[in-house]
Amino acid sequence: MTAELAAHGLDAADFAAPVEAQEAADTLLALSVAAADGCRSLEFAVPDAYCAACITTIEDALTPLPQVRSARVNLTSRRVRVTFRSGQGSVLDLPRAIRASGYRTHVLDPAADGSRDPALAELIRAMAVAGFAAANIMLFSVSVWAGADAPTRNLFHWVSALIALPAIAYAGRPFFRSAAAALRAGRTNMDVPIAIGVTLATGLSLYETITSGEHAYFDASTMLLFFLLVGRTLDHLTQRRARSALSDLARLLPRRATLVDPDGSLRQVAIDEIVAGSRLLVRPGERVPVDCRITEGEGTIDTALVNGESTPSRVGPGTQLAAGTINLSSSLRVEAVRPATESFLARMTELMHAAEHTRTRYRRIADRASALYAPAVHLTAFVTFLGWMLLGAGWHTALTNAVAVLIITCPCALGLAVPMVQATAAGRLFRNGIMMRDGAALERAAAVTDVVFDKTGTLTRGAPALDEQPLDPAVLRIAASLAAHSTHALARGLAAAAYGVVPLDGPVVEYAGQGVEAVIASGTWRLGSRAFCGLPAEDAGSAGSRVYLARDGHLVAEFTLRDGLRDDASSAIRRLEEDRLRVAILSGDAPAAVAAVATELNVADFAARQSPADKLGRLAAIDGAGRKAMMVGDGINDAPALRGAYASMAPSSASDIGRGAADFVFTNERLESVPFTIELAHRAHRLVLENFGIAIAYNAIALPLAVTGQVTPFIAAIAMSGSSFLVVANAMRLNLGRDLVARRAASRVDGASR
Amino acid sequence: MSGLLVLIPIALLLGLGALATFLWALRSGQYEDLKGAGERILQDDPQDHARR
Repeated sequence: MTAELAAHGLDAADFAAPVEAQEAADTLLALSVAAADGCRSLEFAVPDAYCAACITTIEDALTPLPQVRSARVNLTSRRVRVTFRSGQGSVLDLPRAIRASGYRTHVLDPAADGSRDPALAELIRAMAVAGFAAANIMLFSVSVWAGADAPTRNLFHWVSALIALPAIAYAGRPFFRSAAAALRAGRTNMDVPIAIGVTLATGLSLYETITSGEHAYFDASTMLLFFLLVGRTLDHLTQRRARSALSDLARLLPRRATLVDPDGSLRQVAIDEIVAGSRLLVRPGERVPVDCRITEGEGTIDTALVNGESTPSRVGPGTQLAAGTINLSSSLRVEAVRPATESFLARMTELMHAAEHTRTRYRRIADRASALYAPAVHLTAFVTFLGWMLLGAGWHTALTNAVAVLIITCPCALGLAVPMVQATAAGRLFRNGIMMRDGAALERAAAVTDVVFDKTGTLTRGAPALDEQPLDPAVLRIAASLAAHSTHALARGLAAAAYGVVPLDGPVVEYAGQGVEAVIASGTWRLGSRAFCGLPAEDAGSAGSRVYLARDGHLVAEFTLRDGLRDDASSAIRRLEEDRLRVAILSGDAPAAVAAVATELNVADFAARQSPADKLGRLAAIDGAGRKAMMVGDGINDAPALRGAYASMAPSSASDIGRGAADFVFTNERLESVPFTIELAHRAHRLVLENFGIAIAYNAIALPLAVTGQVTPFIAAIAMSGSSFLVVANAMRLNLGRDLVARRAASRVDGASR
Repeated sequence: MSGLLVLIPIALLLGLGALATFLWALRSGQYEDLKGAGERILQDDPQDHARR
């Protein structure tokens, strides 16, 4: 399934621009980290690797290179780590060797990498220690409860204390730290009652041990820590999996641009060095590095990710280009209008930050619950203590019973139930090709009442596909085989249309921005623009959506490609409407195109030519009406809306910034992911509430026992583990139900792995 | 009672040993690639590779 993620996530954006150009040798070296013996190491994503043969192929391709010391594929994260001597050979050979072995790859930025995570390592170590301590102390406790005589019981209490004290000091650190931070800031959180409960229980048990008392709660306090750490670790893993999957999707942005010096010579510079007025060269296939104006050259520009316009637009001298658009056809000489820091992208980032407040305003369910829970628990414990004192039971009995209340009410259900449900939900979504950013996203998605769709790349596939038209299969096959040699968006759409491509028995040359030529036995075939196929120029209206095939200069066929609706767009929208959600379409595209899509999907509420600020305004209006909107979009222009919406979702083919802003990213190419996610979020929300119900029911039984002093360590242990198991088992029910059937779009994969 | 004095330290030492082994495995990257480890069993050894 991750293969699918990668297969779809990377290709749309990655193959639009020539990958080699992005990876200047110095960029690679800058990303490498120092390893032992003066070597350096780099990590590459290999999203298509999934089997033992893949490991062998990739490692065997890298190891023979003279500069490579070691290469090891990690199949879980789908990455390969290469250690190399920097003096020998070119570092560019590394990605080349991986690509030559048939795998797509791109280098990973260690700084942006989410997989090395010291906090997770600490949690796992703490969990291991707490688990060890809880299991061993329980062995002693069982013998004590079975009725050990006083000297044995004392010995066992001492041994338990010996294990428990260092274990609690070590494993409790995440809670103590967080509780201390909250108290210093004058707030309370879940960790405050946990820290107080554990500390008091341990202190009291130590006192009991020293005075040869009957009851020690070492088992309860270590077990409590263990359960809570399990919950905490699950929570962390959920977030980490999404983070590292997303950082794998992240493509290297153009960091360099080609500067034209006054004397006409070309020079590569870092994007930061560009100032207004710098003259630059943008080659075909490259991304426009900064906002600029064309001074020389004509061509077509793909602006889909910036404004949602589906057809590439023709540009000429004087046209303004936004950073992030892709130059499709010929080389353009441009003059920078603004430096990179003030580019369109940077302005979008600013809008996103401004829209952030809905997110920061949201408080997670567990936090809200603990705000009620913590004072109630502390009050009950305090009242218990006072009550026993007033009854004249002596401070020892009073304190013991107060501590019993703290232990019994310690928020196991809150600590374990919510992350358990969310981790199960994240796993379920992950198996269906949907990445969830964190648990809060799931909680927000459950409250959604409106779903707002962007058009291009969201409702539509975002990549042109062959229109249905009568075609000779043999002609289509040869056109697709030629198209497979190009990375142009239209060519990829054409290559995907044929059932498999055939190898061509002759030289194949791609002319950037024009087409592909193959000289084979049956003649000289050309696939590309009208001019490239030797036809007279035509009206400019259909620019970029037609491809021509010629043999020896004679036209054989012409293909029309169109950015069609996703196959399941209308069923997804029907399903949303069945779930009583309001659906709207907001697009930056032309009114006619938006109206056509809205009519086809039977959506009454739509708006065209929406700027990013318009979209944000619309979301604010929905919010103002007391409703919660989920934004589904992909473009750079959608990023502020994705961030400003109550919840958001993006396809994996979205722009980096769009993916980064969304709560959920679906990599399965299916729009039904949207209703699936919302329905799962509803079920998860219900399960969380049920788990709270279980916790309350358990407290309703155990709390009176604790207040009246009936709770022995034995009862505490049974009650605590019993309620935890119930809560975990309940969370597992989220795995029931029908899965989205992830359909493999095999054609897109073979186009890429040639 | 004297039996316990021997058995308890042994039990604790075994438990500590397990804990230490787990922490060692975690630190040395044994859990980094669980899927890959399973698939690597299917690979030929390097010398088999050369002989073919």
